[in-house]
Amino acid sequence: MSRLNREQMAARVARDIPEGTYVNLGIGLPTQVANYLPADKEIFLQSENGLLGMGPAPAPGEEDPDLINAGKQPVTLLTGGCYFHHADSFSMMRGGHLDICVLGAFQVSQHGDLANWSTGAPGAIPAVGGAMDLAIGAKQVFVLMELQTRKGESKLVAECSYPLTGLRCVSRIYTDVGVFALGPEGARVIELVDGVNLDEVRQLTGLPLEMIE
Amino acid sequence: MIDKTTWTLQSAVTDIPDGASVMVGGFGTAGMPDELIDALIAHGARELTIINNNAGNGDTGLAALIASKRVRKVVCSFPRQTDSWHFDAAYKAGEIELELVPQGNLAARIHAAGSGLGAIFTPTGYGTELAAGKETREIDGRHYVLEYPLHADFALIKADRGDRWGNLVYRKTARNFGPLMAMAAKCTIAQVSEVVALGELDPEAVVTPGIFVHRVVAAGGKS
Repeated sequence: MSRLNREQMAARVARDIPEGTYVNLGIGLPTQVANYLPADKEIFLQSENGLLGMGPAPAPGEEDPDLINAGKQPVTLLTGGCYFHHADSFSMMRGGHLDICVLGAFQVSQHGDLANWSTGAPGAIPAVGGAMDLAIGAKQVFVLMELQTRKGESKLVAECSYPLTGLRCVSRIYTDVGVFALGPEGARVIELVDGVNLDEVRQLTGLPLEMIE
Repeated sequence: MIDKTTWTLQSAVTDIPDGASVMVGGFGTAGMPDELIDALIAHGARELTIINNNAGNGDTGLAALIASKRVRKVVCSFPRQTDSWHFDAAYKAGEIELELVPQGNLAARIHAAGSGLGAIFTPTGYGTELAAGKETREIDGRHYVLEYPLHADFALIKADRGDRWGNLVYRKTARNFGPLMAMAAKCTIAQVSEVVALGELDPEAVVTPGIFVHRVVAAGGKS
């Protein structure tokens, strides 16, 4: 079965982000979506630590320790961008002002429950950051992840077994085998990667998936 | 004449007692008031409850305070990072208590304390482990969790410029929690890279009005 690599997955999400939208990209692979947003469109990237109009990484030697992203990496500010404090930043999320956020996940349920902050492993130090605010705040929550774990278990599941980040909050997942819509009626297939057939994906997930016509 | 800038790093923290709750500004190292924390370490207060987004990075600032074993409890959203080794070691040794709060709830609870609110209903965390046992309410079809304000005895924050009335402006993403913590503590201590004369800060652009700030210390250096 042919699969997209991580760069192709990030590029695929980028295609579905329209001009003029306010977007938050989560830590990890979602951050890379920024590399594939078309240069001729204006898309507003928000970072939880207080900037809107986030630009790319600075040139070597131009890093500013006071100008970082949510992953604490140095970034730049686009002309027209601005800074604000944490209450404003999280009002942008909770208040429904962000159009799209793209997050990673350990598991997503067919109904859109998200588990991406803890595997519940005993003894692990828990950390949640802004994940729970983003999950329930943005108008659309996209998850970007490989369909399976390294052990081959499906991360799209009937019900999450890991601790939840948010309930019924993910509307779509972008994976290495295809794009899926989630909702009250369960998961449905928006598109499959060339060379992937529906029966294979049904088998991988154990879910009664149907194509959206 | 009112002058809040007469403090030194040492004199500004000398009345922080053992057992105090202390808000510390910063997101990672951006906005972390390293020099005030060094003064707090030298002062020697113990059994502190620290409120910050993280639990220290590397070996400076909050990480150094934790390494010096002065912290009894940390309230934060994201303790575990690649460079949080001092917190990790203290936590695994059972020497430090952790209250994990989703980042937006942390900001909102601090803001609520500074705003005089008795509590807030927040949608963040509903149905998750972090809301277990907490009161909930359905309002207009949406589910909310009752969360209480987060007060502190002191706030240590870092700003770019301040004047003798305590008005502050910040630099880039070093602003983060500073303006909220300034509102929520009984005594707010701001280190600034530059003290400026009254009137030099554009009144349209002051981020933290001086009413929220009690002590301003010139710490030099970048922001």
